[in-house]
Amino acid sequence: MSTTTSTTAAPVASTRVSTSREVAKTLAVTSGKGGVGKTMVTANLAAALAARGQKVLVLDADLGLANLDVVLNLHPKITLHDVFTEKASLEQAILPAPGGFYVLLAGSGMVEYSRLTPEVRDKLLSIIDQVKPRFDWVLLDTGAGISDVVLYAISLATDVLVVATPEPTSLTDAYATIKVLATQQDRRHVGLVVNQATRVGEGKLICGQLQQVLQRFVGPTPGQAFKLELLAEVKSDLSVRQAVLKRQLLLEHFPGSDAAQAIKGLANKLLGNGG
Amino acid sequence: MENRLENIFIDPHALQFDEALQLLQQAGAMLPDAQPYGQEWLQAIIDALCDLSSKDALTGLVNRRSFEMAMSREVDRVARSGEPALLLILDIDHFKAVNDSYGHAAGDLVIKAVAAVMAQTLRPMDTLARIGGEEFAVILPNCPSSFGATVAERIRERVAEMKVQVAPGKQLNVTISVGGAFAPQWVRSSSLLWMERADRQLYRAKAEGRNRACLEAHVESLVSAEEKGMLFALTQQEGV
Repeated sequence: MSTTTSTTAAPVASTRVSTSREVAKTLAVTSGKGGVGKTMVTANLAAALAARGQKVLVLDADLGLANLDVVLNLHPKITLHDVFTEKASLEQAILPAPGGFYVLLAGSGMVEYSRLTPEVRDKLLSIIDQVKPRFDWVLLDTGAGISDVVLYAISLATDVLVVATPEPTSLTDAYATIKVLATQQDRRHVGLVVNQATRVGEGKLICGQLQQVLQRFVGPTPGQAFKLELLAEVKSDLSVRQAVLKRQLLLEHFPGSDAAQAIKGLANKLLGNGG
Repeated sequence: MENRLENIFIDPHALQFDEALQLLQQAGAMLPDAQPYGQEWLQAIIDALCDLSSKDALTGLVNRRSFEMAMSREVDRVARSGEPALLLILDIDHFKAVNDSYGHAAGDLVIKAVAAVMAQTLRPMDTLARIGGEEFAVILPNCPSSFGATVAERIRERVAEMKVQVAPGKQLNVTISVGGAFAPQWVRSSSLLWMERADRQLYRAKAEGRNRACLEAHVESLVSAEEKGMLFALTQQEGV
């Protein structure tokens, strides 16, 4: 249940009957500030979607700067780096994770690819194109802040989820991130998860506040209002801390906790929205 | 541990300084007047060599190597602060014709004069460098996007207004083309991509007829104090 030293390749060839769509929905999960629980949300959301019968892949889209391997306690032998350097096939690098979903981890050597070059652009695009037909959901996990690689990865995603905490620094960084997405990528809809909320209703309050400032400063383009949608409020919860410290999935070890329920709610919302 | 630093003794007299001292003398650098081969003297020599290797010999401006370091620092800073920073690349128009018609000494005079006039036009916080033969670049930190075109245009005008004396009774007018791009705000990126974008604008300025400045359209992504104030207005009220 803890250490998964995976040498076995995941069965990628789709044996399952694809339910409703031909290609996966791609959802980028980003934050702005680090340490807001973005990877925790991503991993548990993936598990929640998998529990609903979805085939899910989480891709470390910050190329070596995301912490997915740490959160999941995975020590993969084959990573995205091997795919980039053509030492392994994509199939070999897609690994099963605890929680019933799959991961594609960047690996430590990827830091050299952490800046956007035409080569990185082409490879990332090709990899996302290749995995899309094989999954129902592809979640793109990103590191702290936004890099040009992250921005490019987000541009390939159909939807974006921003994770923020009520802390002022997190709110400012989340706002800056959303502003960049709205002004540079013409996004008009972004999902919000307020993590580490201290009381019920805080998520709604924060979302309303961000929405107001966005409305005023990012401005409505004619006919297209900007919509920030609160998709989940995850309460600050002792079980989250315990799960993170033990490097385990909240959904597996504290399924009854408030935080786990909130993330299941998030998965339901996404499935409801996504059809 | 045997490899402790205090166990390493260096005999300064065993080191070769002739070439270094010659280089410094040639460059007109002040030689240290401390006790030769003493620690203070050695440090002064090292500092003078560092200074020499970061500067362009002809103009005294920052050279390409140290400009690239400055760009990397600025890209990282802007990724954190979200401040607008502008990069301009400036190229003397038809410079080859100056060299061909009046000789390389005249060409050098032109380069020095253009460098001097640019340096006078900029703020002390800006980093101006000579990055190639007749090519210059400048980083303007904290430059609001609405000022970008004005700054570029001002430098272009000052150079165009100037006359360079290349021989007795012979004065030349030179013009420059300018390309510019802002650093990506809030986004970790590389100086390479930033330079490429500014370069593209320089090509555009050349293609559109030279003696002009072209800047990449910039979408301001700065988070102003007003925005921050509004962001926290409600949360602060709640805290009271």
